Amino acid sequence: MPIHIIDRRLNPGGKSLENRQRFLRRAKSLVQGAVKKTSQERDIKDVLEGGEVTIPLDGMHEPRFRRDGGTRDMVLPGNKKFIEGDYLQRSGQGSAKDSGPGEGDSEDAFRFVLSRDEFVDLFLDDLELPDLAKRKIAHTESEGIQRAGYTTSGSPSNISVSRTVRLALARRIALKRPRKDEIEELEAAIAACTDEDERVMLLAQLEKLKAKIKRIPFIDPLDIRFRRFETVPKPVAQAVMFCLMDVSGSMSEHMKDLAKRFYMLLYVFLKRRYKHVDIVFIRHTDRAEEVDEQTFFYGPASGGTLVSSALQAMHEIVRERFSPSDWNIYAAQASDGDNSYSDGELTGMLLTDKILPVCQFFAYLEVGESGGSAFDLSDSSLWTLYERLRNSGAPLSMRKVSERSEIFPVFHDLFQRRETAQEKAAP
Amino acid sequence: MTERLFEGADWDFQTLQRITDACEEVATRDLGLDVYPNQIEVITAEQMLDAYSSVGMPLFYKHWSFGKHFAYHEASYRKGLMGLAYEIVINSSPCISYLMEENTATMQTLVIAHAAFGHNHFFKNNYLFKQWTDADGILDYLDFAKNYVMQCEDRYGRVEVERTLDAAHALMSHGIDRYPGKKKLDLREEEKRAGRRRQHEEEVFNDLWRTVPKGASKTRSAISLERRRKLLGLPQENLLYFLEKSAPRLAPWQRELLRIVRHIAQYFYPQSQTKVMNEGTATYVHYRIMTKLHQQGRISDGNFLEFLQSHTNVVFQPEFDDPRYSGFNPYALGFAMMQDIERIVTRPEDEDREWFPDIAGKNDVMGVLRDVWANYRDESFIAQFLSPKLMRHLRMFHLHDDPEERAGIRVDAIHDERGFRRVRRELARQHDVGYIDANIEVVDVDLSGDRRLILHHHVIKGSQLNETDAKRVLQHLADLWTYDVALIEVDANDKVLREYVVSPRPISAVA
Repeated sequence: MPIHIIDRRLNPGGKSLENRQRFLRRAKSLVQGAVKKTSQERDIKDVLEGGEVTIPLDGMHEPRFRRDGGTRDMVLPGNKKFIEGDYLQRSGQGSAKDSGPGEGDSEDAFRFVLSRDEFVDLFLDDLELPDLAKRKIAHTESEGIQRAGYTTSGSPSNISVSRTVRLALARRIALKRPRKDEIEELEAAIAACTDEDERVMLLAQLEKLKAKIKRIPFIDPLDIRFRRFETVPKPVAQAVMFCLMDVSGSMSEHMKDLAKRFYMLLYVFLKRRYKHVDIVFIRHTDRAEEVDEQTFFYGPASGGTLVSSALQAMHEIVRERFSPSDWNIYAAQASDGDNSYSDGELTGMLLTDKILPVCQFFAYLEVGESGGSAFDLSDSSLWTLYERLRNSGAPLSMRKVSERSEIFPVFHDLFQRRETAQEKAAP
Repeated sequence: MTERLFEGADWDFQTLQRITDACEEVATRDLGLDVYPNQIEVITAEQMLDAYSSVGMPLFYKHWSFGKHFAYHEASYRKGLMGLAYEIVINSSPCISYLMEENTATMQTLVIAHAAFGHNHFFKNNYLFKQWTDADGILDYLDFAKNYVMQCEDRYGRVEVERTLDAAHALMSHGIDRYPGKKKLDLREEEKRAGRRRQHEEEVFNDLWRTVPKGASKTRSAISLERRRKLLGLPQENLLYFLEKSAPRLAPWQRELLRIVRHIAQYFYPQSQTKVMNEGTATYVHYRIMTKLHQQGRISDGNFLEFLQSHTNVVFQPEFDDPRYSGFNPYALGFAMMQDIERIVTRPEDEDREWFPDIAGKNDVMGVLRDVWANYRDESFIAQFLSPKLMRHLRMFHLHDDPEERAGIRVDAIHDERGFRRVRRELARQHDVGYIDANIEVVDVDLSGDRRLILHHHVIKGSQLNETDAKRVLQHLADLWTYDVALIEVDANDKVLREYVVSPRPISAVA
């Protein structure tokens, strides 16, 4: 009997991937809730590593007709001391009952591991940059291939069979290439022919036709056509995000930690979601400097506070590198709200005249001490200033944060997809 | 002395070939097994997990529930809570056995003997498998099912298809014909038939029918209950079959999906009835083959010890008060019974002669076992062949737990002269699927009234349906039926214990 031994190990994996995606799609709201809950308890770096989530199984339950209750009979192994007619005390509920995992009621919560990508995708699922409007054909980006007619040269894999055959047919008809049935007819006539002369004539005719067939090929290299493809530049939306962080002496370690967490999230969100987003990091004390992400997140700095310096720096960078006609410009500022009293007016002016007109969206995050109820009592100078601007209709979003656990909700809130709001406004 | 099949733990494909040849030699010559052609495939752990999630089949239609199982298995495997099976074997012709690449050479020999010969013989010869499954056609049918589901998703939308499949899955355990009477399934034929049916519908389609005036509906109150039940083929315990044939408003493709789920359920039906026998057979066969190979010197002492270790793990039966206890281990019980039959056939005692006059001392071990393997299922196998000696050895006892009884759980019978038959009968009953699954039937449809579908659950020993689950399943049933569904639980005296009534959800609410 023949026995086949097959090595399947090299078969492409991920056969269950589609089922898994269906499952995740179905459980989306549940998983999303779980992801958000888990991420509040974790460090940001860990969030990006994916990991285990637990979802309530209720919505994912596959019901079956099951019976329970009633009298039960069971045969068990390992009798040591019982004899017929003994009574065993019930210990709690059902002494010998033991339902395995995946059965019955024990399955009320369902744990499984999400990959890094799945986790972050779900985490960032309903977030987006608002008003990503200005689209422009970038010079370098030539994405997208599209069909563009036919050509006489190309790679064999691109041969267009139907077009080639059509041309060949036209050529064969034009050059009067004899068809197969003509030859067969002639051969039949020759076979049936009795007259010798006629037979010779027919044979000559056949020869001629056969020679002609040879001369005129069925498909000539001339006929061959290839599908042609063109690369088309696609318009892309370019965006730049300015991250402005106050690192002055008045910011405590806790506040800096909050601000950094916020920016870390923002950074992850932008990097994952948008291909064409530039990020500019600006930190400021009483002076502002543009720094790389390493310095921004991990570099130490301290000093006085002049918020206007950061805005000024941002304005200059915009003027030099990011023309507002081509770029969608966003900014997120984090600060404890302290500013030199004398700086207030300049800050307000810079914002209203220079920054806000070119910005699609400006988010301000005010960080406070943990458990800072005192901090709610009086609004900080910056908050008061911004609130005034916002009330006069500037595209400003403002939030206060004083606890780590608030970072995620606030972040979500700021970048929540706004369709719903628009839809509500539309009708 | 014959040459060793392998040394140490490493193996390659030549080794596998040698092992398979050696196993086959023992299996056919010494044990007289009759098997389907074998196909042995080596797979990775990930592929094994894939197979787990699609009920062990190499291909299956797509559905979220398989993704759920995959996620579940994967999580517990990663955490080390669960080891993977050494092999999976598929009842098909050729018989496909999947071997894990991590197995050592000894383990590969064990699983080839176990799956490719033990299970394979059982699949080919047991009457239930012969009656209910079509080993030649199953893979083609699954392929058809997969494509059909995919086409339906393209045509009618994923949500709609998922909704139908969810409902069908919920009713899967009640989509089985338990009694033969119809001719054997030919799955290939089935697939062609589905194609022809669709084609016919397309050919005779005429939009004009839609415009023909309907006329006043006739009053059919005259139809007697008897006649109605006869027309609808009631009572019917195969709920999926009933819906497929009689549900008033299902689209043809939905009926086809129900049919697919029903056929697959039917395909697995024999497996659920023969767990003990199937595993017992395979374990007994691998034990015989391995011992023989060791006797022939083709497996070294060291490797044989490795085999014995995993073999004893497989057939380990914890006692009831052991924390590891989770019911009877089908491998342990099956193997013990097969060995016990061997003992009765070759070295019977007086007791055995009295209990098993037909086989005691017959001396033809394999002849008797092959006959047993061919003609029994778990329930009848235990009822016939569980010997007093084995009951004593496993110290079996029977507990009767009546919630009404204040004194506690009664020990009804133990492994003594008075109890043997009762213990054996109870254990057999525990393995009877007809007894385990709830007995639910469609009994009537209110055709003249609101078209309510009426089901009965015949309650045995006061064990009623779990309420939450029952409601959910009935919801699915009502969605397919598209009118109200009533389930009445009645006891042996036709006393109504409980009544459920569920109305179908509007389609948009489901989506």
